[in-house]
Order: sequence, then structure tokens, then C-alpha cells
Amino acid sequence: MTLTAKDVEEITRLIEESSFDELQLEIDGMKLSLRRRGAAACEAGIAPAPAPPPEPERARPPDAPPTVTPGATDADIRAVPAPLLGTFYRAPKPGAAPFIEIGSQVTADTVIGIIEVMKLMNSVRAGESGTVVEIPAQDGALVEYGETLLRVRKPVDT
Amino acid sequence: MTIGRILIANRGEIAARIIRTCRALGIETVLAVSTADRDSVPARLADRAVCIGPGRSIDSYLKVGTIVQAALGVRADAVHPGYGFLSERAELARSCEEHGLVFIGPPASQIAAVGDKLRARAEALAADVPVVPGGPVAGVDAALQLAERIGTPLLVKAVGGGGGRGMKLVERIEDLPGALSVAAAEAGAAFGDTRLYLERFVTRGRHVEVQVLGDGRGHVVHLGERDCSVQRRYQKLIEETPAPGLSDPFRRRIHAAAVRYAERLDYRGAGTIEFLVDARSESFYFLEMNARIQVEHPITEMVTGIDLVAAQIAIAAGDGLPLTQSDVVSLGCALECRVNAEDPARDFMPSPGRVDAVHWPTGDGIRVDTHIEAGSTVPPFYDSLMAKIVAHGADRSAALGRLLRAVEDTWVLGVTTTLPLHHGILTDPEFLAGGVDTGFLPRHLDRARAPTETNRG
Repeated sequence: MTLTAKDVEEITRLIEESSFDELQLEIDGMKLSLRRRGAAACEAGIAPAPAPPPEPERARPPDAPPTVTPGATDADIRAVPAPLLGTFYRAPKPGAAPFIEIGSQVTADTVIGIIEVMKLMNSVRAGESGTVVEIPAQDGALVEYGETLLRVRKPVDT
Repeated sequence: MTIGRILIANRGEIAARIIRTCRALGIETVLAVSTADRDSVPARLADRAVCIGPGRSIDSYLKVGTIVQAALGVRADAVHPGYGFLSERAELARSCEEHGLVFIGPPASQIAAVGDKLRARAEALAADVPVVPGGPVAGVDAALQLAERIGTPLLVKAVGGGGGRGMKLVERIEDLPGALSVAAAEAGAAFGDTRLYLERFVTRGRHVEVQVLGDGRGHVVHLGERDCSVQRRYQKLIEETPAPGLSDPFRRRIHAAAVRYAERLDYRGAGTIEFLVDARSESFYFLEMNARIQVEHPITEMVTGIDLVAAQIAIAAGDGLPLTQSDVVSLGCALECRVNAEDPARDFMPSPGRVDAVHWPTGDGIRVDTHIEAGSTVPPFYDSLMAKIVAHGADRSAALGRLLRAVEDTWVLGVTTTLPLHHGILTDPEFLAGGVDTGFLPRHLDRARAPTETNRG
């Protein structure tokens, strides 16, 4: 038997809801290993929110983010990595509107969130311009250095 | 308190070593990794790894706030600092204390006390532990007077120092003022503290250190000594226990002094008190205390059967000392070789790179602590330690025989290592006779001109 994408999604959801950090599954020579926010991230290249997004340094098979708009290629989508480890906040203060939402237009200088390290609030800028297509980082969660905070689709005409 | 999850703020073989004990104790591990260590063996061994920053340690392993934030973010109960990096920075211990994290090591106040070399010296005097003649530097004129009293050769040392930095050897009194200004500049740059002190330079000494465990309430046990005299520029290469050729009464005096010193501090955790030893005159002097697990701790574990990392965790958890002095029984002899990615033929130049293939030895009485396997990378950012090969035997010659065979059984392809040098030392009659002083390695290198074999294919 083989695993369909739907099976993997289902398994991922079960792990997310469980208290386990890691799953290693081997079926008929196919190996699936899932890990919550681990450095040795999943070999199957699954990147479900709020599980860790793929690390930028790691060469891996093309992973299509679920919210990619039809017609867009991977080359048009840029990941915005966390510039430091800390607690990620999407809004300037609790209850306030988030800096950005899916669909927001950003430029390199747009503040897209805050990362707190030991009570120090660091503004994070997009560093890319385009349309926000995905925000994998959760508000109030620990983000690792280099973890993808959001994905931006480059403007088509530039 | 119960420690269920530990954040390890370190890398390399010591990270793997700590993870091994945590697994045995059923404790979850989260390893803080830089981008350079993301794919390392310890990152895979840990239950989880969190990336704390780029490769350079100043941007990752040396960031106190980031380490504490990571520990809080992953809901760790405790932080193990390993050795090096932040292990002896009072700031990390203090920040852990402030944020409700258990720091697996002594309290910040004790780290600060032993890190200040003058204070450490004063504590030694107060504990009736002999120190090398010397004293603090208060201006050039006073230093010259002090130097006349101590006599040459003497060492200028940094109060905040360690690892040989900020240290200057002065052969002639007239060279002292120049050495003082250079040492102060170095010490200021390295430790942010320009204070200096002078010590007589004991030319023919041995480096002997005593492993202690303290409960923080004045109870201290020792786990015997280690002889670390095979060193070059204060970097140890081979260590052994027991120290060869010491009479039992003399050995017991050294142990007792170490225990007195740690008791005076109400020391908590695992620590090492270093002494300069002259075996012939049976005299010894306090050098410094290291408030952390040492690189060379496995040889003590081999002869005593005691897991020092487990003891550290138990003490940090508030369980007190896991053993009494009478529980500590040392059997036989153990030696350790540090396999570094360095080229002895080129003045020990680091040789970072990818390890194409490697074979570590196995066998009776052999233990290898390493984080290197085929395909591993030795990044250029950190120290070059690749592995510690440890051999245990019923006596020194049995342990030496095992270690030599283990070194011969080891090969590393892709990077140049200190293995050929180890082979040379382990067959050097002076080393085989036992009890070499810290001048041995330079003499050996002069004699052998260091084997130039390289494994770079």
C-alpha cells in the first residue's frame, strides 16, 4: 500500500492533536517521519500549519504551500525567515490588528511582526515585496532562527 | 523539583554525551543548534532541536537571552550548559534563576567567585590551600616590587581570565612593564576586565586536578584526580587517572585540599579544582577552579563507574549528593586522547571540513565520546574536538595498551587529525614511564618533529 497525500494530511492532523513530538512510520519501504518543529524535520516535506515550515537552508524536494494561487511558480514565492529566535507576535499589542494578513501588499520595509527575546521587542521587516500568500508562524509561538514566518508572492510585472 | 525536559546549550560531543544520560534518565532533550549544526548527530539524537542563530558562536551559542528564551519557549525545566560557551558565565546562571529555570551548574554567585581569579586565590588562602607565590597588580611600581619579591620567571595573568589568554611569561624584571600593558589590553578585549595579577612561574610542574561534587550546603565528595600534564599552550591533549607516581599520602593531601576549597564555597554541582604539582618535593599549589563539567570527565567515570552528568542533574534538581565519599571507589586506570581536527605538522592549524569516512574503535574498556560520523562536518566556527577516545584497564600499562590499539584502529578520512601525534605520544618512552610535566609535549614535538602524515585524500 502507499500513502496518499490525504493520508499524510490525516496523520499530520492526528499528530498535531496528540501529545507526541515525533512520528516515524514505515510502510512497504516508504518511510514517513514527522517531527514537531525539530531541526531534523520531516523527510516527506510536509509543511502543515502550525507545524514547522521547511527550513530555508535545507535542500528538499519542492514543497507546494497549500495556499499557492494557481499559476504561481515556486520561483515567485519567497519565504521570509525569522531573523532571530524568539516569541513571534503578529500584532503590535494584544487585541490590536495584525501588521499584515494574507493578501496584504508588503514592501521590503514593511513591518510584518515582532519577535520578542527576553522582553526586547524586535520589529521584523518583510525584506521582500509582493503579496502575502501564507503566514505559517503562529501568533505568540516560539519561532526558531530561520523559520519561515510568511510567504510572499512577487509582483508579476516586475 | 522534577526535571522532565532539558535544553542543552551546547554542541559537539558534549551535547551527544548529555543526551545519552538524559535518555537513560527518561528526560527529554531539546538541543539549541546554530545553522552550522542543524544536521549534526546531536541534533538528530535530541528529542528536538531549535535553531538559535547563525554559525558564528557570538551570534548563537554565546547569546544568553536567546538561550533562555529558547528554554522558556520549549518549556524546558532546566538548562545544561556543557563546557565552554556560556557554561561559566554567571549571566546565564543568573538569567535562568530569574526565569524559573534550573541551571545545571553552580549558582551564579559561585561562578562569579571562581571566575575572578584573585577572589578564587583569596578563597584558597582562606581554605588553607596553598597558592603559588604572587599577588594582585596595583600599578607598575608596586608590580615591580612584588615581582622582585616573587622572583623570575613569573607569569602575568588576567583576573577575569582563563585558557591562557591575557597570560604573559616574564623572564626578566625589566620586561615586566611591557608585559603588563600587553596583558591588560588582551584581558580587556577578551574578558572586559583589565585587572592583572602576578604569579611565580613554576617551570617543572604537573597539572593535576581533582573532581568534586557538592550539594550546595557544604557537603562535598571528591572522585579522585586527573593528570592533564600533556598539554600545549594550555590546551590538553591526553589526560589520565590516577596521576602516575604520587605517593598515597601526597595524593590524599591534594584530594583533601580540593574538598576543603569546595566546602568553603558551599559549592553546588560538579566542579574541578586544578593544582600545579611538584611530585618530587611533594608540594602543590592551587591554580583555579572550573565550575562546570570538564572535557576529560569520562576518565573519572571509567574508574569510578559514576555518571557525572547524572550527578549534575540530580544535584541541580535538589536531590542532594547522589553518593557519599565511601561510595566512591576507583578501580584501575583510564586515559583519554582528544582527537582534534588539527594538523600537528602545521603548528596545530585547524582543519575543518567534511569527514568523508571514519572508523571509531571498540573493544573491552574502550569508550568513544563523539558527534562525528561519515558525512559529518567540522565547522570552522568552533573548537576542533572531534572525539575523545578513552581506555580503561586494570592498571596503567593495561590501559595504555588498550588505548594504543584503539588509536591504531581509528581512521578519519577528509580532515587532518591529531591521531598520528597521539600514536607518537603513546609510544614515547618518557610518557610511558609516567609522570611527565607540562613541558613534555613541546619536548616530544621537538624530538619527533610531529609525524606529518595527513589523511586528506
